[in-house]
Amino acid sequence: MIPQSSLHFLTLRARAEDPRQKSLVQNVHALGISSVHTIKVSDLLFLRDVDTDQFPAIESIVAEPLLQMVAWDEAPRAGVVVETSLIAGVTDPVANEFLRIARKMGVCVTDALSGRRYEIEGDPTPSEIDLIVRKLLANPVIEHWAINEPVQPTFASDSAASVSTVGEYLLTHQTTDAELQDLGKERALALDIEELRVVRDHYANEGRPARDVELEMIAQTWSEHCSHKTFRARITTDNGSVVEPLIAQLRRTTDEIDAPFVVSSFVGNAGIISYEDNVTYAVKAETHNHPSAIEPFGGANTGVGGVIRDVIGASHQPIACTNILCFGPSDFPVSELPDGVFHPQQIRAGVVAGIADYGNKIGLPTIAGAVLYDNGYIANPLVYAGCIGIAHEPYVVEQPQSGDRVVVLGGRTGRDGLRGATFSSMTMDATTGDVAGASVQIGDPIVEKLLIDVLGRSRHLYRSITDCGAGGLSSAIGEMAEGIGARVELSGLPLKYPGLAPWEIWLSEAQERMVVAVADTAPLFAACERYGVECIDIGEFTGDERLVVTYEGMTVVDIDTNFLHDGRPQRQLNAVMPKPDRTPMSDEAFSSIFGTVDIASTTLRLLAHPNIASKESIIRRYDHEIGGATLVRPIIGAQNDGHADGVVLADPLSGSGIAVGIGVNPWMGIIDAERMALAVVDEAMRNVVAVGADPRTVALLDNFSWGDPQRPTTLGELVAAVDGCCQAARAFGAPFVSGKDSLNNEYFGSDNQRHAVPPTLVITAMAHVPVVDAVVTPDLKQSGNVLILLGRTLCEFGGSHLAMLNDVAGGVVPSFDTKAPQRYQKLHEAILNGDVESCHDVSEGGIAVAIAEMAMAGRLGVEITIASSLINEWWYFSESCGRFILEVRHESVASIRDQFGDGAQVIGRVVDEQVVSLGNGQSLTVEEMLTSWQGAS
Amino acid sequence: MSVRPTATILVAPGTNRDRDVALALDLAGADSVVVSISDLERDANVIDAAQMIVIAGGFSFADALGSGHVFALELEMLLGDRLQLAVSKSRPIIGICNGFQTLVRMGLLSSGAGAMALDHNERGLFDCRWVTLHPSSEKCVWTQGIQENLECPIAHGEGRFTADAEVVARLQSCDRIALRYVNGNPNGSTDDIAGICDESGLVLGLMPHPENHVIPRQHPQFLRGSHRGLCLDLFRNGVTHASA
Repeated sequence: MIPQSSLHFLTLRARAEDPRQKSLVQNVHALGISSVHTIKVSDLLFLRDVDTDQFPAIESIVAEPLLQMVAWDEAPRAGVVVETSLIAGVTDPVANEFLRIARKMGVCVTDALSGRRYEIEGDPTPSEIDLIVRKLLANPVIEHWAINEPVQPTFASDSAASVSTVGEYLLTHQTTDAELQDLGKERALALDIEELRVVRDHYANEGRPARDVELEMIAQTWSEHCSHKTFRARITTDNGSVVEPLIAQLRRTTDEIDAPFVVSSFVGNAGIISYEDNVTYAVKAETHNHPSAIEPFGGANTGVGGVIRDVIGASHQPIACTNILCFGPSDFPVSELPDGVFHPQQIRAGVVAGIADYGNKIGLPTIAGAVLYDNGYIANPLVYAGCIGIAHEPYVVEQPQSGDRVVVLGGRTGRDGLRGATFSSMTMDATTGDVAGASVQIGDPIVEKLLIDVLGRSRHLYRSITDCGAGGLSSAIGEMAEGIGARVELSGLPLKYPGLAPWEIWLSEAQERMVVAVADTAPLFAACERYGVECIDIGEFTGDERLVVTYEGMTVVDIDTNFLHDGRPQRQLNAVMPKPDRTPMSDEAFSSIFGTVDIASTTLRLLAHPNIASKESIIRRYDHEIGGATLVRPIIGAQNDGHADGVVLADPLSGSGIAVGIGVNPWMGIIDAERMALAVVDEAMRNVVAVGADPRTVALLDNFSWGDPQRPTTLGELVAAVDGCCQAARAFGAPFVSGKDSLNNEYFGSDNQRHAVPPTLVITAMAHVPVVDAVVTPDLKQSGNVLILLGRTLCEFGGSHLAMLNDVAGGVVPSFDTKAPQRYQKLHEAILNGDVESCHDVSEGGIAVAIAEMAMAGRLGVEITIASSLINEWWYFSESCGRFILEVRHESVASIRDQFGDGAQVIGRVVDEQVVSLGNGQSLTVEEMLTSWQGAS
Repeated sequence: MSVRPTATILVAPGTNRDRDVALALDLAGADSVVVSISDLERDANVIDAAQMIVIAGGFSFADALGSGHVFALELEMLLGDRLQLAVSKSRPIIGICNGFQTLVRMGLLSSGAGAMALDHNERGLFDCRWVTLHPSSEKCVWTQGIQENLECPIAHGEGRFTADAEVVARLQSCDRIALRYVNGNPNGSTDDIAGICDESGLVLGLMPHPENHVIPRQHPQFLRGSHRGLCLDLFRNGVTHASA
């Protein structure tokens, strides 16, 4: 053992106020603690085996003297002091980079670890300190901490070596269900009894015990996360009918639409589409919900990293990222939080920082997104991350061939993220954060950037490629070996630190790794060397259809790949279908439920609602400019503070581009999942059409975050939503090209209640923008222009924001407008024709909010001129589908009317004075609307 | 018409706006070649062939030990005084965003003025927004002759130019303040300083990204029918000097 005396640490403190201090104190006050007025933050760097004469050299490496003060082995000052240090094995870029450069500069030091010191000033009680530490300063998943005593750093190189023996479980035909269930629990397999029985029978027939790594691998491969068993299940509904497996419905819909631009759908890592010769796009969206709940920064961070790897794994160069975030309300009382759950503000802060960190550092613009708030997301925040990639060579998918080498490249393997796939398929409880700690880690975007650099334009260097996501090498190599077999030796893999057991190496979900099948490794290795990417040949694809994994020659896995991939029994599930009330609401019913609705004040309240209010403060945390291709930005308008419907990316020198739009509405989902799905596909369509995309070129992604599908009513909602998706896709001729489901988003609280997320379907639409010069945005452009409403407005308030504002539950969810597809095509032609100055889709908050948003973004006023006899109170706030508001020049009105007939209605005009006259005698100034809309952000 | 000069774009792991600046150079009339740290490790002499040198933006080495710091240490070890040598041969050099941070850490910009640094933004957060820049130096070869204000985005968390009053006064008196933020200072920089040049005027460091506004439609107000502040002339100036 190394004596502790050779351990030194330095404290790095900002000379000016550290920017972290202010937000920390604000967060302390948000916890309801007023006894703390200041928290001073300094960074710690623990160093082992370093001589004092090296101190000056080390200071010159870590500190900027103008901005920072350095102290060595400095005892904390009096008062309450909290110190944290990273748990051994958590990605620590500061320590890693320090060690690398220090050694290069000739400074002798064997190990480094970073930490933080917090000096809390004020008069907090011990229980308040405890709350501050647990909620704000330290996350047990990645950090150790100590209060009023020095934290003891633990170095990864000291961590106890895992036992590298192979455990065996004897499974015979006599093994009982109870024994199987005990085994499932002991190894956290997350398999049901049907599946466990199949595993038992397989090994009983093989006549040999099951190795522990094989069981882990089967559990990973058969997990909900990896095998989507609910989407492949045989589902019987309460009316006795058996529905086609959900994934088959979506695939069949895409096949029957038979769109010419679909190159590849529902296979591989991403959907592939093409709008012109020799250019293809890869699109993919993923969720990283469970990890973001227990470690918001790392969970969201690696969520972004994971979906970018999906695009790399589809042999495309990533060009942009998207994200949709669902949080609990920011003002939720701390005292009412379930045990073990972070406050929504903490989760949001961590998630946004995690997304910004990865996207900004890897150098991709984060272009589109949405942020939603609901009580249903308090314990289960949702983080959807999407990525788009481009390739300028023909899209070729090849399977590994026998004799190909198995090559791993990218980051090193550590004990991180073990059992992520099974973890994400389980319900969380208060202890999840503790037991699942190893499931989360911090990403390293720089390593992934290097992977993009080396692989982005090196399609010719490998035959096939898969990213290491959930399940790690086990899943990646397992997938590639399907039907062919492979033999790999794990002992040569570069590790982050010694002491890993073979099963840990095989299942590690360490980030930033890819597996490729290569016939000739030399050119690939040369490219990797040039870019500084580690790579290693660990074995070969064999052709014997067995996957054999050895460690120093000892067999740890020997499994039939056919059993691994096709052996899982189909799930049998029961669904109770939702029976929503679809009776249209009468004017009288509206009045009796909502009372008298004051148009002006309701508009302001809607603008201030967290779901509708400005998201500028979040959007600006993300680099949306890099690449110089973001033509329609997420932020638009006269003062660059309005929000776009969709975004447009166009290479700076290209005359065409692509648009990306999002649709999501969980509140409709709670009431009527089928109509919700139709409505959110419609919303995603509107968002791309509104900016100038061709509606005939839309490709869709579906991402479902749902509760436990074993509950028949929850499954019924999923069945209804998939049905709605397929109907909408057919109506628009817009195929789904990729999708992902995240089920079991439930939390078992100390109140003994299960908390499920609202049915949250995110639809991402991507489409071709044929003429970039024709793109439009929602901000009003010129006074004197005319406002035209397209589409029909009905008294439909189920899931609407007016209902939310008035605490009205239920109601009829907006119906799909069968005339919408035709309308969108005509609108596209009008946009290409130059008839449309601005265009905004009507969604949350209805016409009143849409007009307010257009006026605010353009810093112009509106006079609503539609005859009051033609409208009603509810006209202002209905969230009916299929509608847009257009701003057109006077001379274009006739042509718009010709094209749209009754579907187009003149409702107002643009005026210079920054006031919106609501047509009922009331008016709102742009300034007061901005105050409501921006104040809440 | 002279032959197009070749610019050397220096990159480290984490540099990510190299392609953006390559486009800007191309439009301004220069070819470019990307040279990585590992290229320099193999042969540092390649830098001597550079007709102009660009240190592109990004997060070199993840900014793990302070923005641009490790990149600066690496370049010092690999290049010694070769950058100063390039300056003595009248080669223009530009460091954008992380490249500015790197040049400051290397001391290329503080010489003759005094200590300076780029601190966390005043608001403490990464910020992506468009800014207006007033070119205010005739000494700086990159900005001289540009009359109109430039407009381009910032995308940084540590861009607050920090130096004491005497240093700023010296920069001012030597005409080394190349660019100032006007119509709003996004990060709290001292004296609204967005970019400065060295004593020779050949080396420019700036936080904003002029390489992201080299064609008119990249401007956010382009879709509202107005356009101003194209930054191509900045790169053209550098290319002209490299060709001279």
